[in-house]
Amino acid sequence: MRLSDRARTLPESGIRKFFELAEARDDVISLGVGEPDFSAPWAARTAAIDSLERGKTSYTSNRGMAALRERIADHHERYDQSYDSESEVLVTTGASEAVDLAFRALVDPGDTVAVHEPTYISYGPGIELAGGERLTVPTRAADDFALTRESLEAAGAAEADLLVLCYPNNPTGATMTDKELAEVAAFCRDEDLRVVADEIYAALTYGADHSSIATQPGMRERTVVVNGFSKAYAMTGLRLGYALGPAEAIDAMNRIHQYTMLSAPTTPQYAAIEALDRCDDEVTEMVEEYNRRRRLVVSRFNEMGLDTFEPGGAFYAFPECGGDDEAFAEELLEAEGVAVVPGSVFGEGGEGHLRVSYATSMRELKEATDRIASFVADR
Amino acid sequence: MDAEREVLDVLARNAREDIDDIAAQTGLDAAAVADAIDALEAKSVVHGYQAVVDWDRVDEGKIRAVVEINVELDRETGYEQVADRIAKFPAVDALHLVSGDYDFAVEVLGENMQDVSEFISEQVAPMPEVTQTVTHYIMETYKDGGIRFEDGDDDDRLSVSP
Repeated sequence: MRLSDRARTLPESGIRKFFELAEARDDVISLGVGEPDFSAPWAARTAAIDSLERGKTSYTSNRGMAALRERIADHHERYDQSYDSESEVLVTTGASEAVDLAFRALVDPGDTVAVHEPTYISYGPGIELAGGERLTVPTRAADDFALTRESLEAAGAAEADLLVLCYPNNPTGATMTDKELAEVAAFCRDEDLRVVADEIYAALTYGADHSSIATQPGMRERTVVVNGFSKAYAMTGLRLGYALGPAEAIDAMNRIHQYTMLSAPTTPQYAAIEALDRCDDEVTEMVEEYNRRRRLVVSRFNEMGLDTFEPGGAFYAFPECGGDDEAFAEELLEAEGVAVVPGSVFGEGGEGHLRVSYATSMRELKEATDRIASFVADR
Repeated sequence: MDAEREVLDVLARNAREDIDDIAAQTGLDAAAVADAIDALEAKSVVHGYQAVVDWDRVDEGKIRAVVEINVELDRETGYEQVADRIAKFPAVDALHLVSGDYDFAVEVLGENMQDVSEFISEQVAPMPEVTQTVTHYIMETYKDGGIRFEDGDDDDRLSVSP
């Protein structure tokens, strides 16, 4: 069948190759997984089951159940954010749909969208599908992969129309302080950039609480914030996310959403209400466990001589392996049966690094880091 | 969170963690971890370190029972004194004073059902303070010590994902 140019030219994800290599073996310890190893809190799962038993299998409102949108708006007060649940919240099928809708609602053909890299792999293709052009803004290991005004200026982002900001960051685990965000916010105001802020890892920070760029002066009206239930509540497979933003942006996104998705799946919306009502303690326990693993992993990589900065969020460490990260990851998989993802898969600035996910049990993390240490010593 | 609490949280999950790994996980140095463990033991916060065992999977395993015990107290004898007498039996694995219909909930570990019932009828029931016992043999254990008893690893996530 003849395919569209758009589909034909869309590149295969760099993750795919490592997925296939890892799947080909059955003795692999994988530190390559981008989702929690926990299951969704039981109370949330029973709410989903209960909703099915009661026959709640219809569509919901396009924007998502009102009871859920109210709770989402309440929940975000902890990040000093205030959104009207009726006009400024849209529930989506995963945060991925929210990102896609934001691009389609905010990007005109030929618009330039600045994306800091290394970062999550979907923004580039999403921008291209919306007809925009991606402008890469490399972040630097020297800045612990925070985005700086200097990097934005050096990359020519002043000419961009939109900035995609992903902190806490996948793959680096980097977070940004209020002060660092203030600098980026000033740049966006000065150069009139709008922002899509993917904050899916907001609940997973260690030490300092998450800070959203939308809370910087003059930024709320030019920012769409994306979040969801996948990472905080370990609900990846339930596919439920949301967007928060000015009413006109949410309204535009909802107009696209009503034709392409109609409404986010109903069952997970019931689970999400329960998650927001009753599962804070489980989230705290998960965060504490991630934090213990984070410290262990970072200290083990530094001990074996792979320099690793202290990541402030998400569940990734980003050690420096030096040189060809793809070759390192392939040889490590071959020699020791440990899967990690080469940093270069996540774009410019990722080369020479590895994305190490610590969303796996302490026992496996110890075994995997022992094997990596032995691999590094032999290399 | 203070150092002792952080160390306690790690030990409560896995008492076999070595000091260096606890140090790495908590961000404390090894000496501070060792001090915290000493303090937790000295204050009797930590009384011991035991494996969580699924006795059903051990050949010649053990049988557990939960025994409800009602007692009658007098001026000279309080719960503390009765508890002390019951706790001295090695077969008593755990002993709690509880609210509700009975006074003590006792977990008893024995070689077999006969062993446990002999212990209750010959040692516990005849105690002058004990007025009634009800023995519940544990048929199957699904979760203990916060750990779900099931077979191995059911991680069905994709091995590599973005």
